[in-house]
Amino acid sequence: MRKLGFIVNPIAGMGGRVGLKGTDGWDIVEKAKGLGALPAASEKAAQSLSRLSHLKQDIELWTCSGEMGEAVAVKSGFVPAVVEPVSREKTTSEDTSRAARKMADGSVALVLFAGGDGTARDIQTAVGDRVPVLGIPAGVKMHSAVFSINPMLAGELAGAFLQGGTKRVTDAEVMDIDEEHYREGLVSARLYGYVKVPCGEAHVQGLKVGSPGSEQFFQEAIAQDVIENMEENLLYVIGPGTTTGTVMKKLRLDHTLLGVDLVLNKQIIEKDLNEERLCRRIRGRAARLVIAPIGGQGFLLGRGNQQVSPRTLGEIGKDNVLVLYTQQKLYSLKGRPFRVDTGDPALDRALSGPIMVITGYRTRAVYRIK
Amino acid sequence: MGMDMKTKLRRFHQARWDEPVIFESSRKGERGILVPQAEKGIEDVVGDGISKLPRRMRRKKPPQLPELSQMQVLKHYLRLSQENLGADFNVDIGQGTCTMKYSPKVNEQFVRSPKVSALHPLQDPSTVQGILEILYKTDLFLREISGMDRFTFQPASGSQATLAMASIVKAYHASKGESEQRDEIVTTIFSHPSDAAAPAVLGYKVITIYHDESGLPDLEALKKAVSKRTAALFATNPEDTGIFNPKIDEFTKIVRQHGGLCTYDQANANGSLGLTRAREAGFDMCFFNLHKTFSSPHGCGGPGCGAMGVTQKLSEFLPVPVIRFDGKKYLLDYDVPLTIGKVRSFYGVVPAVLRAYAWIMSLGGEGLKEVARVAVLNNNYLLKKVKEIRGASAPYAEGQHRIEQVRYSWERMTQETGVTTDDVTCRMADFGMHMWSSHHPFIVPQPFTLEPTESYAKAELDEYVAALKHISDEAYTNPDIVTTAPHQSVTHRPGHANLDHPDKWGITWRAYLKKCEKGLRKRIG
Amino acid sequence: MAKKKFGVHPYIPNSVPEVRSEMLREIGAGSVEDLYATIPERLRLKKNMNLPEPFLSEFELKKHVEALLSRNTSCEEYLSFLGGGCYQHDVPAVCDEINQRSEFLTAYAGEPFEDHGRFQALFEYQSLMGELLDMDVVNVPTYDGAQAASTSIRMASRITGRNHVLLSDTLSPDKLLVIRNYCRSDLKIETVGHCPVTGRVDLEDLRRKISKRTAAIYFENPSYLGCVDDQGQKISDLIHQDGGISVVGVDPISLGVIAPPSHYGGDIVCGDIQTLGIHMHFGGGHGGFIATRDEERFVREYPSRLFGIEETAVQGEYGFGDVLYERTSFADRDKSKEFVGTAAALWGITAGVYLSLMGPKGMQEMGKTIMQKSQYAAKRLSEIRGLSLAFPEAVFFKEFVVDFNKAGNSVKSINKSLLQEKIFGGVDLSDQFPELGQAALFCATEIHTKEEINRLAQSLKKILGRSRKAHIVKKGKRG
Repeated sequence: MRKLGFIVNPIAGMGGRVGLKGTDGWDIVEKAKGLGALPAASEKAAQSLSRLSHLKQDIELWTCSGEMGEAVAVKSGFVPAVVEPVSREKTTSEDTSRAARKMADGSVALVLFAGGDGTARDIQTAVGDRVPVLGIPAGVKMHSAVFSINPMLAGELAGAFLQGGTKRVTDAEVMDIDEEHYREGLVSARLYGYVKVPCGEAHVQGLKVGSPGSEQFFQEAIAQDVIENMEENLLYVIGPGTTTGTVMKKLRLDHTLLGVDLVLNKQIIEKDLNEERLCRRIRGRAARLVIAPIGGQGFLLGRGNQQVSPRTLGEIGKDNVLVLYTQQKLYSLKGRPFRVDTGDPALDRALSGPIMVITGYRTRAVYRIK
Repeated sequence: MGMDMKTKLRRFHQARWDEPVIFESSRKGERGILVPQAEKGIEDVVGDGISKLPRRMRRKKPPQLPELSQMQVLKHYLRLSQENLGADFNVDIGQGTCTMKYSPKVNEQFVRSPKVSALHPLQDPSTVQGILEILYKTDLFLREISGMDRFTFQPASGSQATLAMASIVKAYHASKGESEQRDEIVTTIFSHPSDAAAPAVLGYKVITIYHDESGLPDLEALKKAVSKRTAALFATNPEDTGIFNPKIDEFTKIVRQHGGLCTYDQANANGSLGLTRAREAGFDMCFFNLHKTFSSPHGCGGPGCGAMGVTQKLSEFLPVPVIRFDGKKYLLDYDVPLTIGKVRSFYGVVPAVLRAYAWIMSLGGEGLKEVARVAVLNNNYLLKKVKEIRGASAPYAEGQHRIEQVRYSWERMTQETGVTTDDVTCRMADFGMHMWSSHHPFIVPQPFTLEPTESYAKAELDEYVAALKHISDEAYTNPDIVTTAPHQSVTHRPGHANLDHPDKWGITWRAYLKKCEKGLRKRIG
Repeated sequence: MAKKKFGVHPYIPNSVPEVRSEMLREIGAGSVEDLYATIPERLRLKKNMNLPEPFLSEFELKKHVEALLSRNTSCEEYLSFLGGGCYQHDVPAVCDEINQRSEFLTAYAGEPFEDHGRFQALFEYQSLMGELLDMDVVNVPTYDGAQAASTSIRMASRITGRNHVLLSDTLSPDKLLVIRNYCRSDLKIETVGHCPVTGRVDLEDLRRKISKRTAAIYFENPSYLGCVDDQGQKISDLIHQDGGISVVGVDPISLGVIAPPSHYGGDIVCGDIQTLGIHMHFGGGHGGFIATRDEERFVREYPSRLFGIEETAVQGEYGFGDVLYERTSFADRDKSKEFVGTAAALWGITAGVYLSLMGPKGMQEMGKTIMQKSQYAAKRLSEIRGLSLAFPEAVFFKEFVVDFNKAGNSVKSINKSLLQEKIFGGVDLSDQFPELGQAALFCATEIHTKEEINRLAQSLKKILGRSRKAHIVKKGKRG
């Protein structure tokens, strides 16, 4: 009997329907309700569960009481185990985190949740990478790479994963987007953390050219390429993320997943630098910046990026930026360009246009920055 | 009677024989064919022949092949053939990029004549002047069609032709002393995957340029990608989306300015025959798939022919032998000073070339133009009809006509119903038709690529559209029937649990049995 | 000058003007020309292509092509002893019957459920070859034996992480050209000599050249020169000692009587399936195979398709699919990428039919008959004054080299004389293997009768006699 953790954030998505850019906090919810918004997350959650109902007898569904999961589960024909009783009517982030922690402690096979970035962050805080997580897209902001394309496919993937048909998990970034900036159309994306998600598109038939590689495979290929081309006595500023992290792993160096590290001659010379420190260390020296876009929307450099500021970029020089990204991830952007928003419009303009991306071993792509 | 002429849907059911794997039908002692024995006169002189083999070279146990009588072998394979959907049988417009057109049966008669099938490649050239003339003349035809100066038929597929072109690129730059310097090639995201994979085999670094919003390769991106390190451009045009790059000559100009060569993957030539050529677009090399554009049948996946053409300056690198005409007779010339050697045994898949010859001779120049025009007409007619189907769209090139194929998308339908393109492929089989998505991984989301060619009648195109529309309706009203399809095909949806793990995969019957015996997997049935 | 407008053609249904107009109307375009709006004027071909006037009626086309083909003389009309990589064996009628079926002939890349027949036929081909080769993994056919050899060698290089490769020097020079072209970018190729008496690999030379940097030894059994090498185990042991791989090329039709390489240490076995029920087609009937043991380290290196048997969504129903080894971690061997598409599927199905018809006894009897015929031919030819066997102590399967150095004339000229007798003589090796001098490779298979072999011997005797007389006359004139 496999255990499935199931959490619904009942207010997720309400803001979006009425033109608000997010639903963080009950005051926004009141506003949204006032504008005629209805809770939509539960409906999406139900769509997902409908794709799992044939496994009713084989899954033990753990969930929270009431609107945070039980109601939807029962309606979908499951007999859930309520592991987190929620007393309040206005459920909060803490409720989500607590529930998720209990599920991880209880070794569920997967935590399936309906919500947005906010919910994803709550779960990430509680669960880290202990158990895999999968998001039913129900929020307004879904920059984190944990969501399926739609609720039905989320349910199917969850089902395939629980049945063992799909076994692989991959790292997915959970994002923190600055609300204020976002409402003004600016990009302030911060990498909040990582969770593990089941891999979709698990089995690919009809391939006429060679055997496929997993995301991991291509990240290692990228890392191999970067390492082979590393020049001596050149400073390498390694940005956050798993793609850059793979380079560090291959070099057998410690890596600050959410921060910036400094490497020279394949050795770490300083970890987790802040902007001040970074600028001081690279001033007057030749340096390369190794970065990868984060989140599912191709944010390459945002305002929220504390370490890689316009000042830092000025020191490094825009021609010394190495961008790493796998082909698969490029495709998932569906033609949308990389976004940069450093806060310095002149710098943004200078960075715009075609850019060389390292996509594998001796493979490159020329993509666009906007 | 028959199919419903109003809805244009057939109550199709594919043949389903539940035919066991041939080993399971083996019956000890049966013989499928008897082999000539050596005459007594020979046996008297040399004995049994095998005693000459040192003991350790003699096969101790005969190979464990199945034993069946002749009719039973025939029956088995005929049944399997019925469980296969050839292009001759269905409205095969759903295998986009494959150009599934009519392979005229008269050409099969030519190929099966002993005057072709019983020719040994090393026979004295004076005894094979007929076939050499056909090879030579087809070279001339393709030169006219492409503007190139010389063709070889040695590569046996488009991919092998791409590899041959990459070999010539390498040899050319080596002859100029620039091998070290030129170690990169540039290609586009919608070109065929082989355009990137083949040069990589030869050690090239591959730079892929992405498209802009219109679906065309980005010229600005090309400028960033091209440098003194560029050995060549490998481009498919029109691309697999069916969109013709109107700036293709600007692309080649930039590459040539930097000293690189330009190679043209013309797998998608069916809509451009006689209308636009490789030469005028600025290319140094190109290839055609004779088993696509030029009607040679696909044979389940070969044998085919990737006819490769080069300009004069590259003809000294061609694989040997080259076929020449000295005014009186045809010769096989091995004296090509800088030849890359060989890409395949002998001269290539000759039957494919013969069919292409006959096909071209049955159409002529005007006929080839007509082929292209009707292929484009059919494609744009289909485009209009498919865009009217709920949930379908044709990304890029909004409002523009396409050339010979279109890459569509079911994304809207997937968002709204959860039914995917793979589901639709499965359900189309219930109507006796193919629908191919795209090369993996998908760039266009939930893609499906249709290429009608000139071979299908309007009514057949309507039939195909009717089936797509019907399935779209089902996706929105009764998705389960689509997500659990196929129902009327030979088998149901294949699993894959036993295909990607070393402990489980069964690549031969004996390997499968061994693993079942070891308990690593369950015996099916 | 306006050309006559092209009318309706049987291959183009919508060339009927009314249909065309209707379709244009539905599209909303005025003419087909409008549909080409995306191709700029400057890229349009302004002139008409200089192609011959077509034969619009099928009858005229037939007459034309048949007239051309009548200028060929086939091996059914003349007596042929040609081999050298392409062989004349009997093709069972059932083989042709199956590969003519439109269902197979015109299919391509459908899914495993609608093209179940193709998948099953090719899985069976893999399996039948597996039994013939006594190995558990065989791929879907690739282009030909030469490319199969090239790919096998590259596989060995990737598996061992080494790039020094040894090749026996008795390979066909054409095959060597393919291998060199395919491996040029990253492999160092060195040849190993052979014994001039037996034609076998020179073990001393091999021993000298193997090192810890050697990925593989590639040799053929029988070799291009026809010789069977019984040192297979020794060769394999030598290469295995330092961690290398034994790659062996075979002729599948010999495996009914000759031990397959897996019995003497062969790790990767390759070859060509043309001899299994496929006509010669002037060199167009080839397909390559690669076989290995069922071990992950081999299977993951196949760049071509492998079909596996699988259960479908319905319990008890079997189907097929691609075995996909998904690479999850990038290693050094992945630096040298490779790919190969499906390339000769129809021939694979044909070979499967052939092996199904032959069965174990058929393959045994075939091997025996071939060896008897070729030994008989070798004996008759070596008895002719002026001719001898180039490898007098060699054991051979169906081909053997005849030494013409004392024949009084070149092989080229003798073959021209044989042609007048309506005989295709052996493949002239004089240019390809200069160390043999004037020599030719003769091939005798199950299709040669005793009378035909005798006829060859008699013709050669006559021709050599004539040239001897001519010599004597010449000598006489001088003296």
